Amino acid sequence: MYGDTSIQKPMKIAKSGSPEEAELERNFQAKIDADIKIEANDWMPEAYRKTLVRQMSQHAHSEIVGMQPEGTWVTRAPSLRRKVILLAKVQDEGGHGMYIYSGAETLGTSRETMLDDLRTGKAKYSSIFNYPALSWADMGTIGWLVDGAAITNQVALARCSYGPYSRAMVRICKEESFHQRQGYELLITLSKGTQEQKDMLQESVNRLWWPSLMMFGPCDDDSPHSAQSMKWKIKRKSNDTLRQEFVDASVGQAKFLGITLPDPDLKWNEKRGHYDFGEIDWAEFYDVIKGNGPCNRERVNNVIKAHEDGAWVRTAAEAYAEKHAAKEDAA
Amino acid sequence: MSEKNWPLYEVFLRSRAGLDHKHAGSVHALDAETALEAARDLYTRRQEGISIWVVKSNHVHASDPVDNPSLFEPADDKIYRHPTFYDIPDEVGKM
Ligand SMILES: [Fe+2]
Ligand SMILES: [Fe+2]
Repeated sequence: MYGDTSIQKPMKIAKSGSPEEAELERNFQAKIDADIKIEANDWMPEAYRKTLVRQMSQHAHSEIVGMQPEGTWVTRAPSLRRKVILLAKVQDEGGHGMYIYSGAETLGTSRETMLDDLRTGKAKYSSIFNYPALSWADMGTIGWLVDGAAITNQVALARCSYGPYSRAMVRICKEESFHQRQGYELLITLSKGTQEQKDMLQESVNRLWWPSLMMFGPCDDDSPHSAQSMKWKIKRKSNDTLRQEFVDASVGQAKFLGITLPDPDLKWNEKRGHYDFGEIDWAEFYDVIKGNGPCNRERVNNVIKAHEDGAWVRTAAEAYAEKHAAKEDAA
Repeated sequence: MSEKNWPLYEVFLRSRAGLDHKHAGSVHALDAETALEAARDLYTRRQEGISIWVVKSNHVHASDPVDNPSLFEPADDKIYRHPTFYDIPDEVGKM
């Protein structure tokens, strides 16, 4: 665990509310304003640390839970080519989770604590993963839209002020491009297939379009912590700005596939230079966050089951390590 | 030993022959051998490395950012340590 190493330890601790603290806080903000990254052993306000731990652990959990919808299709992939691609993609998402946990731990919260919070339901993850993957076309749509939305978010996060988070994002962004491209390529294949395949593609996009737009979070007006996060440069662009970028990029891609996006209000706005789009069903968004999505319980139960099923492996590894440590001591 | 808080190892990768190892991230493992295996699985899925170092995180000793002025600022005004400080006439040729 971090927290007991000199890489992490914030060496200068000032009393809360003291003039020293105010001075440290001024220096901290000055660094942020000058685009100087904050590193693990730099002084930082407790609220900055807390915000990052919450955001990074939620992000990591999303990667971990995000393996599940696609994981259910690995054994049903229609060809060996699609199967190895899907396996590699799901494995990447697991890796993304690990990169971010590793970064979050530099803030002094152990990985076990974060994972406990996921298993007990205390910690949240992206609501998109509480929707089921019902058809093979979803494997394409998830890559195109869900990874596409994630990329839009993560490219902005790669510029965030906290060094370990920003570096994890750079690594992840390099890998995400493959995710989106394999998904879109899968959809191109379907779009050139039989009527049944075309219908499957359209149905999948109809189902996943709106949940993908929800991935950017609440409207800016309903996102109370956003202003502080922007000031700290944890967030570099607002939810609505990122959502708009994503919509603008998706319209042409949908057209190329010969499909429609399920939004009658979607149209080009010459004056804004952006696409207008319809109102998101925020009641559904908050309902899924509250735990009432189609798969919330299943997702968390699977995480718990994977942890419990792996208990014997951890016990064996610990016994092995203890035995070898004892041998080394004797030698 | 509890399953919680397995030791943390910092991971360093040499990406190509001839280059230095560079910090990549960290993994939890019970010993160096399994730390190397975990690091291999996690950090080299795309030919990112040809050599891995792992070192227990609490064996790394870091300088304190508070000491930065006394440690690093003295170098700021020693421009004579750089080749560009010296004027050499062009006709001398490359030096
Ligand atoms: Fe990911
Ligand atoms: Fe991805």
